[in-house]
Amino acid sequence: MSTNVILEMRNITKTFPGVMALRDVSFSVEEGEIHALCGENGAGKSTLMKVLSGVYPHGTYDGEIHYNGELKTFGSIRDTEEEGIIIIHQELALIPMLSIAENIFLGNEVAKGGVINWAEATRRTSELLAKVGLKENPSTLITHIGVGKQQLVEIAKALSKKVKLLILDEPTASLNESDSNALLDLLLEFKKQGLTSIIISHKLNEISRVADKITVLRDGATVETLDCHAEKISEARIIRGMVGRELSDRFPKRVPHIGETIFEVRNWTAYHPLHADRKISNAINLNVKRGEVVGIAGLMGAGRTEFAMSVFGRAYGRKISGEVLINGKPADVSTVERAIRSGLAYVTEDRKQLGLVLINNVMHNTTLANHKAVSKNFVIDEHVERKAANEYRQKLRIRTPSIYQDVVNLSGGNQQKVVLAKWLFANPDVLILDEPTRGIDVGAKYEIYTIVNDLVAAGKAVIFISSEMPELLGTCDRIYVMNEGAVVAEMPVAEASQENIMGAIMRSGEKV
Amino acid sequence: MNTPTEASQTAAPSLAVFLRQNMREYGILIALVVIMVFFQIITGGVLFRPVNLTNLVLQNSFVVIMALGMLLVIVAGHIDLSVGSIVAIIGAVAAVMMVNYKIDPWTTSLVCLILGGVIGAAQGYWVAYHHIPAFIVTLAGMLIFRGLTLWLLGGMNIGPFPSEFQKLSTGFLPDLFNMGSLHSTSIILTVAIPALLVFLSWRSRKLNESHGIEVEPFAFFLAQNAVLVAVMLYLGYQLSTYKGFPNILVIMGVLIAFYTFVTTRTTIGRRVYALGGNEKATRLSGINTERLSFYTFINMGVLAGFAGLIVAARLNSSTPKAGNGFELDVIAACFIGGASTTGGVGKITGAVVGAFIMGVLNNGMSIMGLGIDFQQMVKGLVLLAAVVFDLYNKQKS
Repeated sequence: MSTNVILEMRNITKTFPGVMALRDVSFSVEEGEIHALCGENGAGKSTLMKVLSGVYPHGTYDGEIHYNGELKTFGSIRDTEEEGIIIIHQELALIPMLSIAENIFLGNEVAKGGVINWAEATRRTSELLAKVGLKENPSTLITHIGVGKQQLVEIAKALSKKVKLLILDEPTASLNESDSNALLDLLLEFKKQGLTSIIISHKLNEISRVADKITVLRDGATVETLDCHAEKISEARIIRGMVGRELSDRFPKRVPHIGETIFEVRNWTAYHPLHADRKISNAINLNVKRGEVVGIAGLMGAGRTEFAMSVFGRAYGRKISGEVLINGKPADVSTVERAIRSGLAYVTEDRKQLGLVLINNVMHNTTLANHKAVSKNFVIDEHVERKAANEYRQKLRIRTPSIYQDVVNLSGGNQQKVVLAKWLFANPDVLILDEPTRGIDVGAKYEIYTIVNDLVAAGKAVIFISSEMPELLGTCDRIYVMNEGAVVAEMPVAEASQENIMGAIMRSGEKV
Repeated sequence: MNTPTEASQTAAPSLAVFLRQNMREYGILIALVVIMVFFQIITGGVLFRPVNLTNLVLQNSFVVIMALGMLLVIVAGHIDLSVGSIVAIIGAVAAVMMVNYKIDPWTTSLVCLILGGVIGAAQGYWVAYHHIPAFIVTLAGMLIFRGLTLWLLGGMNIGPFPSEFQKLSTGFLPDLFNMGSLHSTSIILTVAIPALLVFLSWRSRKLNESHGIEVEPFAFFLAQNAVLVAVMLYLGYQLSTYKGFPNILVIMGVLIAFYTFVTTRTTIGRRVYALGGNEKATRLSGINTERLSFYTFINMGVLAGFAGLIVAARLNSSTPKAGNGFELDVIAACFIGGASTTGGVGKITGAVVGAFIMGVLNNGMSIMGLGIDFQQMVKGLVLLAAVVFDLYNKQKS
């Protein structure tokens, strides 16, 4: 093992409007090692890697990057790629309708004067594919090979660029067990040949298998770097680093008044809209009582959003089966319109794409899901509408110059409040909140928790989906844990802890 | 769209700030006025002559009417290239019904409007429920209905029509009293309509003020209304000294008022804007976006069918070439009027003004004796300039 430091990131600070994503993060990687980066969702792992790989160019962050002992100011991904720093993103960046060879040399074609030498490109592709152990014809289209093989093509593409430092963001997130193992073996093989890699992963068993060092990030700051060779690192040890913060008064207090069951889902199964044989929800049973906040915990990709959207008017998935009962009676939730009429509301995790009409103003967005309340015979009463919008603006403390402001101009936290305002105005009995605090600052988070408390105090029920476990522990009465489309555990909040939620996820993952 | 400025928080924004915020809307109106004045001067006063003004209305009515439907289609995030061909096929069907089968004009018109709606529905079905891009579907429609027209007419012109039918395009309001050289009904309307409009805008201003809503500066309100009234009185008077208001002007006015109401005050209008702004978010708000898209195409079909009747009545015969290239004038009118190619943005008044800009350009250049070649180049440049102006405004804000 060499002790030559290839990369050192010093005091990196990166802020987005309203959020400090990275706070004084330092991170160093030695040549020839596999360095794992761990942390909860939103801890800043991907942001840190985007800073390193030039996605966020020099000047948009504070701090220094030293690579091979030199201070670097990367202006773009092109700059970092020239230095051999290659990042493979979680969402693969391959063009489905182009061939393997075309994808590997995209932007970097084997060409002279703009004319591609296909014979040479094909020969080199074959060589690269052999290195990553992929037996496919270079002219096969990407769309015709599976995700696991696509991941290998990405790695071959990285090799074609003379990679020295390979960054993999959740490389096994969408792979099955055997593909994951093959990929990890490949990484170990490359390590022997001297390649340095940084791997971001939620799968702690994989990390303990391949990593030489583990750096843990939490809330945008480095917590610790663990050396896997100096001591035996258990998964529990990593988890403690990831979640080990105190639950102080980040959450408003609430005395629960829990009533009868208001909402129940029985045996809910749904399939992926494109891959007809992939179950996204697997026989899910779940219930919520009046005045109760029920959390759904799980890692990214656990199928929580897909489940919620499939329940909410079948907005996602195919071949959906199962039953929804509201107040003990079967409810028709077959379209979004009917689901809303049955008393359901779903606050999406993706407010910009799915929650708001960004080019419309605050008032129009607030009333969008309940035009009935502001109109008569299809004619909108502008005074009623304005009053309603102003009422919710005050109630939720939406900070905007006026309700005529286009929501595109508001900050993330205030946009989130507009989405909430829309659904509160629709007056549902059961509110599903999907990552309602993602990407907003601590103050706005507190306000959203307060709104949740007010809702259940008024006798409504809330389903709270979140990847931030402290948030679930701080706001919920009961927590379901989901993994791979199924509910794998259910616990009252008194018995729940971050360790045993993580434990439930890990155990269910091992069984598969 | 409005940007946050210090003015939006104070009670009365200054005139300059207000103008800057509403640049786009007034910009296009000012452009229309400038173009009109320019042609008035360069044609030696021919443009505003009563007979030419009447012609201007008659020549552009169908473009304006189709622009009303096209605006909704564009705001919803689609496009309709087939309207020119719908004009042709409806004209042909009307001709066959009235001339070959001697069916009365009223029944014929009703059948034609329904047929227009059916054609719109047939195209809207593929766009809305099967998510085939409207560009493709209506391009196919454009070819299909043009072909059907040729087949139906056998490559010939069919006409003439009963005089009752021709009145749709060439008739004028009846003269109720004898006022000598002035057309009495028209001059009454000339005074009554601006009075009504001023009353309505004054009432809504008062109502808004009483609710504490910010209104435009009073001086501006006065000036705006004064200009509007002056222009309407002048144009109305000019028309009254000739044959009075054409029937089609009245129909057009009613339709413009109706669609302005629909887009600004009704839930359907609101939902079309939301659909164009973000289809997924709108669907997840419990709005049936597919049905909404479907309706915009039916509406477009009916209006295109109506335009087909107007064109046929105006030419007094149906020809295989009727409506050729109309889709481009109609679409251009919407974009000149400030509609966004990506949907969600656009106003009825903008599309109407856009249509008249195209109309005045056509008319003015024809009077000057400029050929069709030159006219097309100018219209193309105006369209480009309008969109560039939009882009410039957006970047500045």
